[in-house]
Amino acid sequence: MKLFEYEAKTILAKYGIPTPIGGLATNVSQAREIATELKPPFVVKAQVLVAGRGKAGGILFSESIPEAGKAAEKLLNMQIKGIPVRSVWIEEKIQIKKELYLGITIDRVNRSHVAIASAVGGMAIEEIAAEAPEKVIKFLINPHYGFHSFHARQIARKMGYSGKQLVTLGKIFEKLYHVGMDYDAELIEMNPLAETFDGGFVAADARILIDDNALFRQQEYKKRLLEGESELTPQELEATRNNLAYVKLDGNIGVIGNGAGLVMATLDTIQYYGGKPANFLDVGGGATSERIAAALNIVLSDSHVKALFINILGGITRCDEVARGILRAKEKVGVTKPMVIRLVGTNEEEGKRILTEAGMHVLESMEEAAQKVVEISKQ
Amino acid sequence: MGIIVDKNTRAIVQGITGTQGSFHTQLMLKYGTRIAAGVTPGKGGTQIHSVPVYDTVEAALEEHSANASIIFVPAPFAADAALEALENGIETIIIITEHIPIKDVVNLMAYAKKVKATVIGPNTPGIITPRECKLGIMPAHIFKPGGTGMVSRSGTLTYEIAASLTRNSIGQSTCLGLGGDPITGLNFIDVLETFEKDPQTKDVVLIGEIGGNLEELTAEYIAKENYRKPVVAFIAGRSAPPGKRMGHAGAIIMGKAGAAENKIEALKSAGVKVAEKPSDVARLLGKAC
Repeated sequence: MKLFEYEAKTILAKYGIPTPIGGLATNVSQAREIATELKPPFVVKAQVLVAGRGKAGGILFSESIPEAGKAAEKLLNMQIKGIPVRSVWIEEKIQIKKELYLGITIDRVNRSHVAIASAVGGMAIEEIAAEAPEKVIKFLINPHYGFHSFHARQIARKMGYSGKQLVTLGKIFEKLYHVGMDYDAELIEMNPLAETFDGGFVAADARILIDDNALFRQQEYKKRLLEGESELTPQELEATRNNLAYVKLDGNIGVIGNGAGLVMATLDTIQYYGGKPANFLDVGGGATSERIAAALNIVLSDSHVKALFINILGGITRCDEVARGILRAKEKVGVTKPMVIRLVGTNEEEGKRILTEAGMHVLESMEEAAQKVVEISKQ
Repeated sequence: MGIIVDKNTRAIVQGITGTQGSFHTQLMLKYGTRIAAGVTPGKGGTQIHSVPVYDTVEAALEEHSANASIIFVPAPFAADAALEALENGIETIIIITEHIPIKDVVNLMAYAKKVKATVIGPNTPGIITPRECKLGIMPAHIFKPGGTGMVSRSGTLTYEIAASLTRNSIGQSTCLGLGGDPITGLNFIDVLETFEKDPQTKDVVLIGEIGGNLEELTAEYIAKENYRKPVVAFIAGRSAPPGKRMGHAGAIIMGKAGAAENKIEALKSAGVKVAEKPSDVARLLGKAC
């Protein structure tokens, strides 16, 4: 789960990491009010969860309170990559001497957290790594021993700092580690962390990605994800509420299957035969008829869907349950679009009987079914 | 024979009293897997399918001997259960549970490495050495004994391919799922090394997917070590867009990294035959040996 910049900065400030002084506004008068409390010049930043906000014009600079109000008005009436801007963050502009990068993320191969730093910040760390790999410092964190002040100071030294600045930077990095651990961040970064002309450091931008699997112990954010604004589309949100994994794609063949790998392979097979999948939807293991019905609802709410492909390989999922779910959904939502069903595995015979009696055709081979649905989608 | 589990494996089931734990214990027993005991804190003294249940792993091991544990414990408590098994000297643990927080998994894996234990999962369908031992949730009837080793990052896709091999009279030595999470106990290279030493395994099927760079590193390993057994691969997610998690927490393309094309190219240049569709795997295996 992505946190908004203002959420991330608020957390960092709580841990004593210097951040620019600022406030959140959802309308123009609020924005002006916040600006009156601050020292100009200001930065007004759209709070959206999509990448590339700066390039899309989502960050504006202003010299006075009326200008800040105008900037807020402009942003609040704007859409960034299709997402309407609902709030803006107004903060005092920092005089930046140098942009740095500090972050902590997961190293999959080494199965640990890794601290990453660079004296060249401001652009994506992958870009820095590609352009100047020698300028990226990586330190694998021993989970049982942790990341300590001295580790952070060693990294600060490698970044070219000494004396008081080395100590300050070390403290900031150590605090960032604690935020990352306490908030179950799979990624936490300050990019840029700005070095100011008085020798201090300020987190000019901050990003936190919370591990979705840890949301049960990050209730405040789980609540925001399910009830408030998030990066999810309405269908994705409905899927999350039903514990289904759904990803919207841009084709016209709706897909439902069980198991992420099988669903991915189903999308690939559709594409192989020249069709275009409208979505990824994994009902997971042991799906009940209610979940199958919920899945059908979500997929069919996408108006681009012309035909449906249900691909179930029953291991712990029972084919008869799936069949009942399909019938239930058909009754409830009134599915009028053509469906191609492939159903094999546990209780396959019973599942097929239920569907065949209801006048539906069930196929055994995934590839045969994929070809069939592609053909229908092109009619 | 086969790898990691065989007819001599004796397991405990952690989380045996839950719906999944109880259901699959019955199926594993039916398959012939030797299950010594079950563990569920608070349910000690009861029985499930005639398997005695204990409150702690320690208590179970005072009465029974076991060298493996399969874990069905809910995500918030699963890492704790795995550590309990490891600290009590269990050498092989299979974590079926999905959605375990990554921080917990990182801690767990560091300890497993220290005690040199084998961890399969989390978020795995488990492991099966056909006709000898099944420690997992896979449907048993789609497997048959033979000479093809299978290692995968996914569940049902593995069943799809295993069933197709079996239909084509290609039996399996051992099939195991690494797990769909970003961090798992075993990776493809660990398993390939073990398959290379197993006399029953003649060739290997590798089922990968988008996300991370495990497949690329595996390709490097196969080329560099001049891997001695033929490998056929299938990579899921050719049609996946960047930045979206395709169900598995580990299946995400970040920028250019983790895309299917990279993995397929890397494997091909290491001499691995890569199938375009799941059903092509059986055909390519026929050609490979």
